Amino acid sequence: MKSGRNWLRGGIAALGFAALGATGALAQEGDTIKVGILHSLSGTMAISETTLKDVMLMLIDEQNKKGGLLGKKLEPVVVDPASDWPLFAEKARELISQDKVSVVFGCWTSVSRKSVLPVFKELDSILFYPVQYEGEESERNVFYTGAAPNQQAIPAVDYLMNEGVKRWVLEGTDYVYPRTTNKILEQYLKDKGVPAEDIKINYTPFGFSDWQTEVSAIKDFGSAGKKTAVVSTVNGDANVPFYKELANQGVKATDIPVVAFSVGEEELAGIDTAPLVGHLAAWNYFESVDTPENEAFIKQWHQFIGNDKRVTNDPMEAHYIGFNMWVKAVEKAGTTDPDKVIAALPGIEQPNLTGGVSKMLPNHHITKPVLIGEINADGQFDVVDETDDLVPGDAWSDYLPDSKKLEADWTDPINCGNYNTETKTCGGTQ
Amino acid sequence: MALARALAFFLFAVTLAGAAPAPAAAQGVDPHAIVQKFGGKQSFEATEGVIGELAATGDPSVAGALRALGEGELYWRDSDQAVFIVHGRDDPATLLDPITGEPAGTAPQSSLTKVRIKNSIRNAISDALAGLTLRAKDPAVRLNAAETLFSEADAQGIAALDAAIAAETVPAVRQKMEESRAAAVLRSDRPSEEKVEAVKVLQHRGDRAALNVLNSLSASSADPVLHRAAQAGAAAIESTIAFWNQAQNVWYGLSLGSVLLLAAIGLAITFGVMGVINMAHGEMVMLGAYTTFVVQELIRANAPGLFDWSLVIALPLAFLVSGLVGLAVERCIIRFLYGRPLETLLATFGVSLILQQGVRTLFGPTNRQVGNPGWMSGAFDVGLMSVTWNRLWIIVFALVVFAVLLLILNRTPMGLQMRAVTQNRRMAAAMGIRTPWVDALTFALGSGIAGIAGVALSQIDNVSPNLGQGYIIDSFMVVVFGGVGNLWGTLVGAMSLGILNKSLEPYAGAVLGKIVVLVLLILFIQKRPRGLFALKGRFVDA
Repeated sequence: MKSGRNWLRGGIAALGFAALGATGALAQEGDTIKVGILHSLSGTMAISETTLKDVMLMLIDEQNKKGGLLGKKLEPVVVDPASDWPLFAEKARELISQDKVSVVFGCWTSVSRKSVLPVFKELDSILFYPVQYEGEESERNVFYTGAAPNQQAIPAVDYLMNEGVKRWVLEGTDYVYPRTTNKILEQYLKDKGVPAEDIKINYTPFGFSDWQTEVSAIKDFGSAGKKTAVVSTVNGDANVPFYKELANQGVKATDIPVVAFSVGEEELAGIDTAPLVGHLAAWNYFESVDTPENEAFIKQWHQFIGNDKRVTNDPMEAHYIGFNMWVKAVEKAGTTDPDKVIAALPGIEQPNLTGGVSKMLPNHHITKPVLIGEINADGQFDVVDETDDLVPGDAWSDYLPDSKKLEADWTDPINCGNYNTETKTCGGTQ
Repeated sequence: MALARALAFFLFAVTLAGAAPAPAAAQGVDPHAIVQKFGGKQSFEATEGVIGELAATGDPSVAGALRALGEGELYWRDSDQAVFIVHGRDDPATLLDPITGEPAGTAPQSSLTKVRIKNSIRNAISDALAGLTLRAKDPAVRLNAAETLFSEADAQGIAALDAAIAAETVPAVRQKMEESRAAAVLRSDRPSEEKVEAVKVLQHRGDRAALNVLNSLSASSADPVLHRAAQAGAAAIESTIAFWNQAQNVWYGLSLGSVLLLAAIGLAITFGVMGVINMAHGEMVMLGAYTTFVVQELIRANAPGLFDWSLVIALPLAFLVSGLVGLAVERCIIRFLYGRPLETLLATFGVSLILQQGVRTLFGPTNRQVGNPGWMSGAFDVGLMSVTWNRLWIIVFALVVFAVLLLILNRTPMGLQMRAVTQNRRMAAAMGIRTPWVDALTFALGSGIAGIAGVALSQIDNVSPNLGQGYIIDSFMVVVFGGVGNLWGTLVGAMSLGILNKSLEPYAGAVLGKIVVLVLLILFIQKRPRGLFALKGRFVDA
């Protein structure tokens, strides 16, 4: 019976079944809701973005265990834009027009977000963007669940001012996020009466590794008889050699503290933090925050990823909030149709992991608490200060003369991302 | 903070004046009771207040508790808010009495809460400790205390410092105390003559901390004589600092040059001597860095005592790993492409992507932590210049690698064969040299050298799959500038590019500085297309 021919026939039958299965899957397309995940899994940004892909898979899995959404299962569609900005746009187009996803969670760098914007506008889909960014933007199709400058940079500077800092070094990587943030901060400091000679701004290239000159310049700048602090928008890989050089040259946090906006638990995982104890970071979430929601989230994350050494960080919380807001909006709208979901999202509330309730605002930003943390020897942050209340995200900074007049409001009657409150027209300051 | 300082000094001065041996007992204050106030959820202000109270006891036995607080080792028990010192993260934790340091039982970690601190609290602690340890037995501790007081001491501290100076026997410590006293005098409302004297002491000290004090004095002083003295002092110090800044720029330049040299020296062989445009060179460096990581992980797990030797152990292994990968790449790919530079470029670029993604899959995309052994951490001062140990060792290491390579090329049979094949392949073959194997070994040698460069670079850069990419452009730049095919050219090229870059950086900034260097390099290559030192090589014949 078990002749070669039978075996062959069986093989062909199996192939047929596989083909049937494939068409079956196609036929079933209407029974799942597809969720696009657009994060780099290779290239320079893989270091940060891979974790976000994993956390999205976890959240979708969790939602499916709860019975899915609108009676359907959620189906993740993962693509890899490979840290290549034009490829982000191509992959976004593929997700929306070929895979027919209902929503996309993705992007990290501002330049990748800028590159996918036209695609989302043209094909009218939804993007949830989970990273702190420079602001000065509000688009109908994008929901910004990371911090705007007024939810991170400004409160951090306020904290240091309270601690008696009088002299400021604004140290950044040379691209759009640090430059815009530093422009806002410089204006803010000047408005607060800091003289121009007490502000020093310096930029270094991406991936910079020889920090000797910069660190000794910071030491020089700090020896003018006034308490000095460094506000760092240094991004990505360059942070590790920067902190190593600070430690080696003996710049202690008690003398010249460094407050960073791009250094979280994940980035610290690559350094011995003992010499960095006391340097600061400003975020809207820290893994060390002691709430039941956070404890459950961390436990779930460790279980999902199968490694209890993996840390959680701020952009992960942003995806947690964003995903749950989207789920609620779809339930409220009763459909995944982008227009209806976009209309339903403002006003949706979702408990965040730090004990508050975040709310989606008409300008497509959310309310968040601002936490200031000091690095401790375990590679975690000890919270030393937090805002009393949640801070609403402000798309257009109030500290830049041009954007001061602008307002974003995607609800009727304004329905505009750059509404000029002086001329009462939509279309920026032109 | 100011309160803590004032109290500490006031009481310390009082006790010194009265020469009372046991101040705590004399005042009837029980430090143990005060330490217990750290227990329970406290505001930072309250914690600072307790530090002030502890300092005010003037009792050296509280120093242990303060130190533990500063290091985040002071905990309170949830059940009764009793305060203990706990070292390490053992569970259950061993509790130590905060004053006596005696064991006081154990408790599970979950039942203990750390006393929260922040930077301003750390400052308050070091002030309080400095006041308490100014007359400690160990001269190093006294020196430390005197140094801390320099930036903190004010009018109330002068008496305590005077007493300590009178009792001090070690000249270096006494000098520091006198400088701290001078700084304190300048912050007090003592008569101007005394302050002018103090300015002289600080001018003699002549470093940034002294400049700091003089600058704030010249900004705040109303007395014209004193103002002038402070300004003159500050100017004198500034000119010294300006001199040292120049020296420092040269030093940083040498240091950057040594990194460039390390990254480029392997390429000087594969590209310079063999003429292979090897885009995967950076990945050989990266493999060396990952080898260091693996070696350190193994040492951490199996023989933690050997950690200081980890780099020495990693060196030969990194050479082997990168060398073998280089050998495989040459045998499997490059040897079919000799004489076709474009294809070689594309093929090695492909290899570099494969190696990067391979490492990313194997080790994950995140940075790996490579520790610095003790002898690679920290810095020491030469004049006003701080020299970091890791940079110093890397300069030494780069020069040693250069010398060894020069020796191999000029003094060994293998080096002779390499040079022969490079200069005239057919003649070398006619003399019985197996040229394909010499090619393979030369490529392996170049890759292996890149691997040991990776060991050094793992100490100053991120160990991530992208490590190599940051160095490949710079490496080609150095080799082309120095003159293709000449090791001396690579040395001179690396050092001059390093020094040029670092001299421009303070004025032009890192971004513009690099651009200026690139423009100058392009102009130079226009003038001398063969680089600093030109030599004939296979690429010339081809």
